[in-house]
Amino acid sequence: MSEILAMFSYHFMQRALIVGVLVSLCAALLGVSLVLKRYSMIGDGLSHVGFGALAIASALHLAPLAVAIPVVMLAAVLLLRLSQSSRIKGDAMIALISSSALAIGVVSVSVTTGMNTEVSSYMFGSVLSLSRSDAILSVLLSLGVLLLFVLFYPRLFAVTFDETFSKATGTRTELYNTLLAVLTAVTVVLGMRMMGALLISSLIIFPALSAMRVCKSFRSVVLCAACISVGCFLVGLIASYFLETPTGASIVLANLLVFSIFSLHKARNIH
Amino acid sequence: MAILTAKDLSFAYDGKTVLEGVNFSLSAGDYLCVVGENGSGKSTLIKGLLGLKAPDGGSIIFGEGLKATEIGYLPQQTQLQRDFPASVREVVLSGCLNSLGRRLHYNAEDRARADMNMERMGIEDLKERSYQDLSGGQQQRVLLARALCATKKLLLLDEPVTGLDPIATGEMYNLIKLVNLCDNITVIMVSHDIHAAVRYATHILHLGQRQLYFGTAAAYRESTQARRFLGGNRL
Repeated sequence: MSEILAMFSYHFMQRALIVGVLVSLCAALLGVSLVLKRYSMIGDGLSHVGFGALAIASALHLAPLAVAIPVVMLAAVLLLRLSQSSRIKGDAMIALISSSALAIGVVSVSVTTGMNTEVSSYMFGSVLSLSRSDAILSVLLSLGVLLLFVLFYPRLFAVTFDETFSKATGTRTELYNTLLAVLTAVTVVLGMRMMGALLISSLIIFPALSAMRVCKSFRSVVLCAACISVGCFLVGLIASYFLETPTGASIVLANLLVFSIFSLHKARNIH
Repeated sequence: MAILTAKDLSFAYDGKTVLEGVNFSLSAGDYLCVVGENGSGKSTLIKGLLGLKAPDGGSIIFGEGLKATEIGYLPQQTQLQRDFPASVREVVLSGCLNSLGRRLHYNAEDRARADMNMERMGIEDLKERSYQDLSGGQQQRVLLARALCATKKLLLLDEPVTGLDPIATGEMYNLIKLVNLCDNITVIMVSHDIHAAVRYATHILHLGQRQLYFGTAAAYRESTQARRFLGGNRL
């Protein structure tokens, strides 16, 4: 216990703890809606776009979050349109955009600064990469995401469960879909510094899927996903500190473990 | 005064007309069945009435203070919904969405209405159960309760008995008729089941990319359209 306390006496660990808990919460809440609406791919696509944006920002020596957040928000709206459009193959287009963004990021980095540790931290995440201003911005934005989610909870539920019904009763479903996509964009960029572009989408998808194995109502799925997400983050963070493993990957493995246990539990209950 | 009037209504997709010449009028308490083969324009008409698709020509006029957003709609279920983790209470309560207005959360009045409609549909003891664990017939009753939360005047049901077993189908038809008679709620139902349609409905609208018939169910039995639709057999 004293070792864990000692671990959080470091400033960068305190920062990682605060930002991580908030981002995990946001990701879990939004993740429930995204997974149920079959929008999981959007989260994955956004993380790759986010990597591209961060890489270009670092090549041009601009503030990373200030560049990445608007770019990813824009991409979120675009990806949402694509996945709803029946004419273009939405999932194929998302894959196309995300791999292109990744490629643009990698090329722009290799041309300018070369593959340094900073870029590697965008790929796989690092608790060391959070600056003080990043941390403050992250906290403010996460609180905004949480507040909007709580305020619009009944509408987000209705739009998630049955978009046609919501639209027919006069709800502006496009608005709430866009809200969902934009909030996801913010969460993805914030979480990416710690989790890495390649792993952030698991933070959105895993807790929701795990919670759905055991919970029966939407509210309990949301609450359970939030608890799983924060719990797995803490376990992953502490484990990575003591075992000297990468933080992002450790958090994903903690999530995988929970998901496996819940799946087994469900399988046993069925038989 | 009519609660709903369609005047020379037509719909088109990408400039291609899929439904035209629709003229009908319903009074409060009428029960209209919309029949027709696949691709006859039934779903398009539903979308038009709900305001999800703008008509290409003609107009839809609501009367008796009804608004387009106050229609109790029961959509066809998607696979996505059948596996949705939500309690029955959550689903039914979401029918009160259109009375939220500027409020952010449901109030006691909304909750009371949801409770009343669950009782009406005989699902109050399923309240805390998960929607995904219910049988097909129970799920439809939950969605009907939700639709009733959204309206006081008009129900719009899109093939509400598809995929139900005969007993659940009968129960569903009886519940709809009960609501229609007891609460004087106007019903518009899209159906493939022509026999049930003429049995329960007061009016029939027969579509085949244009309006083939509109009138009372009793007169429809004797019509040539009905005979042709059933391959020469009389109803």
